[in-house]
Amino acid sequence: MTGYILKRLVSAIPVLLGITIIVFLIMAMIPGDPATAILGSYATPENVEKLNRDLGLDKPLFQQYIIWLGNMLTGDFGTSFALNRPVLDEVLERFNGTLVLAGTAFVLCSFLGVVAGVVSAANQYGAADKVITFVVLLGISIPSFFLGMMMILFFAVNLRWFPVSGMWPIYGDRTIGVLLSHLAMPATALAVVATGVIARLSRSAMLEVLRQDFIRTARAKGVHERGVIWRHALKAAMVSILPVLGIQAGFVLSGAVYIEIVFQWPGVGRMLVDAILKRDILLVQGGVVFVAACYVMFNIAVDVAQSLLDPRIKT
Amino acid sequence: MKTFFLLLARNRLALAGGIVLLIVVLLAIATPILPLADPDVTNTSNRFHPIFSEGAPLGTDHLGRDLLSRLMWGTRLSLAVGFAAAIVAATIGAAIGIIAGYFGGRTDNIIMRGVDMLMAFPYILLALAIVAALGPGLFNALIAVAVVNVPFFARNIRGVTVGIANKEFVDAARLAGLSNTQIILSEILPNVIPIIVIAMSTTIGWMILETAGLSFLGLGSQPPQADLGSMLGEARSALITNPHTSIVPGAMILIIVMSINLLGDGVRDALDPRLKSGALSRPMAATRVDRADLPPPATGVGLLEVKGLETQFHVKDRIYRAVGGVDLHVEKGECLGIIGESGSGKSVTALSIMGLVASPPGVVTGGAAYYDGEDMIGAPYRRLRDMRGRNVAYIFQDPLATLHPLYRVGDQLIEAIRAHRPIGKAEGRAKAVELLKAVRIPNAEQRITDYPHEMSGGMRQRVGIAMALAHDPDIIIADEPTTALDVTVQAQILTILDELRRSRGLVIVFITHDFGVVAQLCDRVAVMYAGRIVEEGTKTDILVAPRHPYTARLMACVPELGGGKRRLEAIPGLPPAVDKLPEGCAFADRCDRVQTDCRAAEIALVQHFGRAVRCLHPVDKREAPE
Repeated sequence: MTGYILKRLVSAIPVLLGITIIVFLIMAMIPGDPATAILGSYATPENVEKLNRDLGLDKPLFQQYIIWLGNMLTGDFGTSFALNRPVLDEVLERFNGTLVLAGTAFVLCSFLGVVAGVVSAANQYGAADKVITFVVLLGISIPSFFLGMMMILFFAVNLRWFPVSGMWPIYGDRTIGVLLSHLAMPATALAVVATGVIARLSRSAMLEVLRQDFIRTARAKGVHERGVIWRHALKAAMVSILPVLGIQAGFVLSGAVYIEIVFQWPGVGRMLVDAILKRDILLVQGGVVFVAACYVMFNIAVDVAQSLLDPRIKT
Repeated sequence: MKTFFLLLARNRLALAGGIVLLIVVLLAIATPILPLADPDVTNTSNRFHPIFSEGAPLGTDHLGRDLLSRLMWGTRLSLAVGFAAAIVAATIGAAIGIIAGYFGGRTDNIIMRGVDMLMAFPYILLALAIVAALGPGLFNALIAVAVVNVPFFARNIRGVTVGIANKEFVDAARLAGLSNTQIILSEILPNVIPIIVIAMSTTIGWMILETAGLSFLGLGSQPPQADLGSMLGEARSALITNPHTSIVPGAMILIIVMSINLLGDGVRDALDPRLKSGALSRPMAATRVDRADLPPPATGVGLLEVKGLETQFHVKDRIYRAVGGVDLHVEKGECLGIIGESGSGKSVTALSIMGLVASPPGVVTGGAAYYDGEDMIGAPYRRLRDMRGRNVAYIFQDPLATLHPLYRVGDQLIEAIRAHRPIGKAEGRAKAVELLKAVRIPNAEQRITDYPHEMSGGMRQRVGIAMALAHDPDIIIADEPTTALDVTVQAQILTILDELRRSRGLVIVFITHDFGVVAQLCDRVAVMYAGRIVEEGTKTDILVAPRHPYTARLMACVPELGGGKRRLEAIPGLPPAVDKLPEGCAFADRCDRVQTDCRAAEIALVQHFGRAVRCLHPVDKREAPE
């Protein structure tokens, strides 16, 4: 197993390199030069030239990339000019918030999505199936940012169940309960779309599995229908559900951008949008590379989980 | 094509989605000629008029602009951008996918590596990076959304193209001297287009959402121009005081995306042949029972008595009579063989007894299966479940498909025990080992931690038998348990079954198409054809002197070792389809003894000195075929 994990980690290296190349190339497409963007249009040509030299932007593209990559490997993601602090510090701090939000949403959508899919499949064409199918369709059609806004209006403003925004209150204790009350709405809004997608897939995966011969064997043994559905069928269906959970984790991480903005949640997504609007290139680069790398690692974890679930996968 | 639209129209939800979408699109197209206020004229003295105000049916926004007009223009823009992004993504993605799939090899490798890398991004991040580079703006948002969706199309189309590129007609085109470009355009592309359309119909909703999202973030359309996303973004600051300015564009996005998704699902379903055939239905816990008449009473003959069993498959408006009135009985300690060609209904008969016929489409429409006087077919599910595995156990044909691939065989055995008796872990393990030893699996202690795929076919079938033995059932139904195995293993399995029968006094119902197996194991034999028993008797009677022509012909198909140069006579033709059975004898069309009266009316199973035959002109001993 350790060997398998190592192998997967090694195979991730080219992907991570590819990610840095793509991000670097995209950023290199930027018209005009970043120094002017940083210093503003009133800067003197001398200052612009000096900053370009300081940033290493006078060197050939390939060299720039190697330097940037080398710096990142030593933990130096550069300095955000807008915030005047190291990019990595800012990203790490913001990533905490995103992790709490996206992590909760991911747990929520995985659990609810799979359960809804299984219940739906177990009652195919029944009332529960129809209700779930409709709710799921609604869920995957509603923009998460709009849903978030409506939740604020209804649950925070009208019903006053939850705070309107933020991760922590400005004053007061930082307890788990406080965090949860702040987390409830954004995490739910973020989870809705992924829940729908996972529920749909789980339903069809379950229907596929329920027709298999080994399900009939379980029934012939006299296993209770509950056991047939939740033990036999679900375990086999998880083989095709797990990879989708991995993909949906990416969607949740992406969707966090909107939710962080709607709920004023301190996270990487909001940081990135601000950085784009301020043309804070190094912060955008560093943030995107960092989050993408985390996502690659997460997908390796999904692969490992898959190999644990399915003994037929050669490890 | 016509059936496709028919299917689509029959799907009411898809139809509703299609109609709503059509209305929205038509309105969006007609927007410039509709009598609407100018969407960009600001009038701050008219800010935040509520819905249904005079002159502004949907109210006004924070700059006093008419919301209805802005909504229509915004919808127009959002739809245009979403569709454009979808078309761009589909075109580029399809081009990449076709090139990768058609040329294969290194080209394919390099391209797909790049696609994989793009897919490694959480994908709004990639869109953000692109917008960051190009600068905010609707056109740049369009490019970003299109680029982010290219990998999805490229992957799908590549997969399909690989399949097509290896087909004969492509080889033919190549031999005919067509260039690669010509082949791609004339042979590949037409076959790929439907896939592109499906992929587009399922992703276009996403793309509209995504462009709206980028605009919502302020990275898409820039003021004063507004699509639905930026309308929502601008309205956000007034969410609490004037929610209608947010609800109007938000609801429109929801309506558009939902109608597209409904339509897209409909398109996909209409094109999916599996859905049409009902093959995606979930089999219920027990076969559906819908008996028109009261089942015939038990006569008390035998431990298991099947009376007038009728099982049908209802697929759409067709009815397949898989089992058409079967009577069987087995005494204690007896082994009954049921023999027949594939599709003769022997398995369905056996599965019906335990309620294991997949339903839908299976329905038991008549008859009863009495276990010790108790009808299993009419039994409530709880009772049936209780009897399954404990009173009557089943051994299936293909042990690889019938064992759960993800559980260790030991755990599957323990589960079989636990299904009817709560036992501890250690005891369960001990019992599992004992069961494996009973079917003579060597190193049973080690093998219980094996997964099914780690065992050989013979070993797996032993596990299947061990599982059936878990509760010392009285009856074991063995459904072609040796068909998938090679001859030596087959002999071992048969020996094990025979010994178990003698040592435990088991009743075995043995389903097979192999007379050799019958000769080795069975006491009595029932021959099935087209869902009915055509002949029944003791093994010796049937093997020595078959009466029904079908039995005789079936036996003539069996090669005999050392039997000299006897001609093997295949039975001409095929069994009749069970959804249109003939009036009289079902075998008439293939029978060389057929007379006109054979086809006239139903032929009864006539009992005669302990054997029965369903034939008007049975084979006589003296003229049995060579």
